Amino acid sequence: MALEMYLDLFSQPCRSVYIFAKKNNISFDFMKVSLLEGEQYGEEFGKINMIRKAPAIRDGDFCLAESIAIMKYLAEKYQTSDHWYPADLQKRARVNEYLSWQHMGIRMHGSKMFWLRLLIPKIMGVEVPKDKMDGALEDLEGSLKLIEEKFIGDKPFIAGEQISLADLVAIVEIMQPVGSGLDVFEGRLKLSAWRDRVQAEIGKELFDEAHQGILASQEMVKNMDSSKMQIFKPKILRLFL
Amino acid sequence: MAGRKAVELEVYLDLLSQPCRAIHIFLNCNKIPHKVKTVAIRKGENRTPEYTKLNPMQKVPVMVDNDFVLTESDAILKYLATKYDVPGNWYPRHPERRARVDEYTAWHHTNTRPHAAKVFLMEVLLPHMTGQPADPLKVERALADLSDTLEKLENMFLKRQPFLCGDDISLADLLAICELMQPLGGGRDILKDRPKLLSWKSRVQSALGDSFGKAHTVLYSLRDRSKAKL
Repeated sequence: MALEMYLDLFSQPCRSVYIFAKKNNISFDFMKVSLLEGEQYGEEFGKINMIRKAPAIRDGDFCLAESIAIMKYLAEKYQTSDHWYPADLQKRARVNEYLSWQHMGIRMHGSKMFWLRLLIPKIMGVEVPKDKMDGALEDLEGSLKLIEEKFIGDKPFIAGEQISLADLVAIVEIMQPVGSGLDVFEGRLKLSAWRDRVQAEIGKELFDEAHQGILASQEMVKNMDSSKMQIFKPKILRLFL
Repeated sequence: MAGRKAVELEVYLDLLSQPCRAIHIFLNCNKIPHKVKTVAIRKGENRTPEYTKLNPMQKVPVMVDNDFVLTESDAILKYLATKYDVPGNWYPRHPERRARVDEYTAWHHTNTRPHAAKVFLMEVLLPHMTGQPADPLKVERALADLSDTLEKLENMFLKRQPFLCGDDISLADLLAICELMQPLGGGRDILKDRPKLLSWKSRVQSALGDSFGKAHTVLYSLRDRSKAKL
């Protein structure tokens, strides 16, 4: 049975898993999940992944969630090039350090931006109050500064001379607010140069393919049926407003 | 020349911090030689120029192994589990079992950690810092989010197994227990009506032995002071 990957390319961690598998020529069946339509709450998906999140994989009998766990598993199983997740103890620790920090360090802020700018106005029918927007922007900018100064620094990539899972996970998160129409690279030379290097390593075609959906978000959200998305209202009230 | 090699592994810890306790326990449980440098966050010791030079993010824990400086408890624990000769159950080598631990430790960041920490923040830290009583609405919201996480721990990770990732204790259980202990600092036992989690907790404590109590002494003192106030 082929490896099945349950993905929605609007989701940042789905993109990193998609890019990683494609770049390393890992064959898989792309099982589309539409998160904004609440498919992750359905019965079928629950059988694959009790955590009810995407990405998720099914490899024979083995089901797994969490993009970071998935990519490490695939790196090991398919013996991908060492630089993705180095065997060297210290290099690996640097990758793990970023992967650990980023959950709250950037992922939360980039995601929030996307919700505040695009999804919440659509679902709730109102613009987000200015103070909340400003606060979120400040958090995002703080994160980007840390990424530039502490994690990238003077190195070409986060873990050193070569691209690793850290850069892949970073780039997909940073692209999320871009999808909402916010150009986070403007005025950030170091970050832009790093992005160019990461894109070159991944390959422009694959990078663009993975990001096609998110970069067309503004148009897509405009045309969405907001009645189908009302399921997210309680979550929005709790988390963002 | 005879004589012991100088201890090269240093850890900067504040035992009021959950991830610091996890590292403290792991080192002691596995008898890994190390030196602890205490950093009292409540006294601002993480904001000194010296500490900031070590860690510009001014956070704990930090590990220094010779010249190698590492932050993030998740990364530190995995580094230690790999470098030192610890039993295989902590961070299994078998890819599927390892993946289970990686799966939990990722999920932990956005579930167990923030939700348990928020209860402590609302009930203990903020009132202490501002001199204002805890906001009951915010505490209630934090408890609701935590309850959600506790249910997931019971019904997902602990559904058919004694520990979060399988039949034996792993880094996952260690990180989780330290987070779930934190609200106790405010006198609140979040597990008291949850028999499944209470059994899990007692299995974890058993597996950790003395090291568990030792790491939690500071938190217990805080709990006793909190209870005395009530």
